[in-house]
Amino acid sequence: MTSLEAALRAVRASGRTALVPYLMAGATPDWTRHVEAAVHAGADAVEIGLPFSDPVMDGVVIQEAAGRSLAAGTTLDSVCSELATLDVDVPLVAMTYYNVVHHYGLDRAADAFARASLRGAIIPDLPPEEASPWTQSCTVHDVATVYLVAPSSPPERVALLARATQGFAYGAARMAVTGHASDLGDARRVVAALRAVSDIPVYVGIGITTPAQARDAAQFADGVIVGSALVSRLLDGASTSHVEDFIGDFRRALDEADERTAAEGPRHST
Amino acid sequence: MSDEFMGPPDERGHFGDFGGRFVPEALMPACLELEAAYRDARADASFARALERELALFAGRPTPVTPLERFSRRVGLRVFAKREDLAHTGSHKINNVLGQALLAQRMGKRRVIAETGAGQHGVATATAAARLGLACTVFMGEVDTRRQELNVFRMELLGATVVSVTSGSRTLKDAVNEALREWVTCVADTHYCIGSVMGPHPFPWMVREFQSVIGREAARQLRDLGVDAPDVVVACVGGGSNAAGVFAGFADGPSRLVGVEAAGGSAVGVGAPGVLHGMRSLLIQDEFGQIEEAESISAGLDYPGIGPEHAYLAARGRADYVTAHDDEVVTALQVLSEDEGIIPALETAHAVAWLLREAGHSVAYGSSVLLNLSGRGDKDVAQVRAILRGAS
Repeated sequence: MTSLEAALRAVRASGRTALVPYLMAGATPDWTRHVEAAVHAGADAVEIGLPFSDPVMDGVVIQEAAGRSLAAGTTLDSVCSELATLDVDVPLVAMTYYNVVHHYGLDRAADAFARASLRGAIIPDLPPEEASPWTQSCTVHDVATVYLVAPSSPPERVALLARATQGFAYGAARMAVTGHASDLGDARRVVAALRAVSDIPVYVGIGITTPAQARDAAQFADGVIVGSALVSRLLDGASTSHVEDFIGDFRRALDEADERTAAEGPRHST
Repeated sequence: MSDEFMGPPDERGHFGDFGGRFVPEALMPACLELEAAYRDARADASFARALERELALFAGRPTPVTPLERFSRRVGLRVFAKREDLAHTGSHKINNVLGQALLAQRMGKRRVIAETGAGQHGVATATAAARLGLACTVFMGEVDTRRQELNVFRMELLGATVVSVTSGSRTLKDAVNEALREWVTCVADTHYCIGSVMGPHPFPWMVREFQSVIGREAARQLRDLGVDAPDVVVACVGGGSNAAGVFAGFADGPSRLVGVEAAGGSAVGVGAPGVLHGMRSLLIQDEFGQIEEAESISAGLDYPGIGPEHAYLAARGRADYVTAHDDEVVTALQVLSEDEGIIPALETAHAVAWLLREAGHSVAYGSSVLLNLSGRGDKDVAQVRAILRGAS
């Protein structure tokens, strides 16, 4: 089992719904302080975006963040060296596109991720059918390969992805690119499909915009991923204390849900 | 070894090290469904008949092969032009869109979306959609909507909605990104009609197969003109659909196959292996793997990649990929117009420019040459006028 998965299973075993904020590395000069602020406010893991010129799975907010980050000269090396200065006690997970690691060299990239405490990688344009060169390198360096499962995934693909994913399964709440949304879309159905075939932690993301949505998701998911809602604030110049307040609101909403669940008895075995 | 070229890719869509299927999970089921539907249609004679009927009665096929007599005397070669400029909408693009639109209809999709650079594929898609009663949305970079204003209006006249793409560099590659993003949200009832031999499997294979009508017809027509196998087959290459279509008729034989890229968009010349838009191919990228802009006088060749099968043909040495510069392209357009009464598209003029440069050099005098005249230049006359007046 990857160290990421062990850590995230432990979070679930403690009765806590995981909170996973997403930040785009390099989109603002003080992004590493924002990572620390998010952890301080109760994040259980942080997704670190490595910018790519052509992010097909991302909506306008994260596209804008990637554009700013690239304009500021961000590279895989610069992200990894800045992360090395961080002192946070939760796992970090990279989110990028395949060409970034493909061009860098798969083994070198997995090694660089591991050295920067990036213990997993989400590469949305790399399906399991094409992933074996990358996963071989990741296995050597204990970097988990995290797959998304979509509302359109038929049962046989849900099973394939559940077997292949490591750390957690990323349940896409809707047929959409990253962005804002006013409901949880198909998240409940996607999580149920994964639960039917796997006991790996299942997190939901894509369009999680408010603490109330996170609280609702906590009723059926093991974690929530908050991306564009946070990134849009960072692009607007949010300070570290804003980040703490914003993430803190999500944390409190999840804690309330977890307390209610605890009162009702155990939700899901580990 | 010749018959191993331009067959089907492997079961996951690889041509050697290139191709494959690199798309978000949300699109994987759609790509698998499309592949199954295409395999089913290929095996169904009624689909082939329906497509042949549309190509003949609607698109005007077969297009002729024209001996270019005055141009041939100028360059000292025997040059024959496959006249895709005479196909409906003015280029080879119609061959592919009719195939995909019929397939979309067969799959029960009610809508098609497409990307376009210069507007040729967008116009062709809007045309096929109108013909078959499908709704149509075309994504076009904002920069290109301004450069090709008339094509935007053409698509609108044909009943299509044109979305001006303001992300990234606002050109063709961003139009592809935006079409992919849109497809994620509407994949249940919408087919993405990709315009070239690019994208995730099965697109590069399927689009080549739909375009291979060019090569099949040309091989037969050349035989009728007494040329069994031309010494050279030359075509311009952006993504590479017209080149793939004409090469497919000659890959089994001894002809030298030549693809001419824009000097500012040479994926084979300066690109490196990478993954973009669902495929592993040769891509123009910086030292960090960020995709760079292609720069060309012709919007149709303004693409930082090349179809994966071309990357494979290049790697195996079966086809040569060369470049032409913007200035020699404009000259070539003028020469062909004056010599033959054919105004070629700027894209096509790249292949003409290469012949003007290489005749008597890498192409021996007296050689027989098949030039794929992929499109007509009407769309480019305002731009060429501006260039020539600026130069004088």
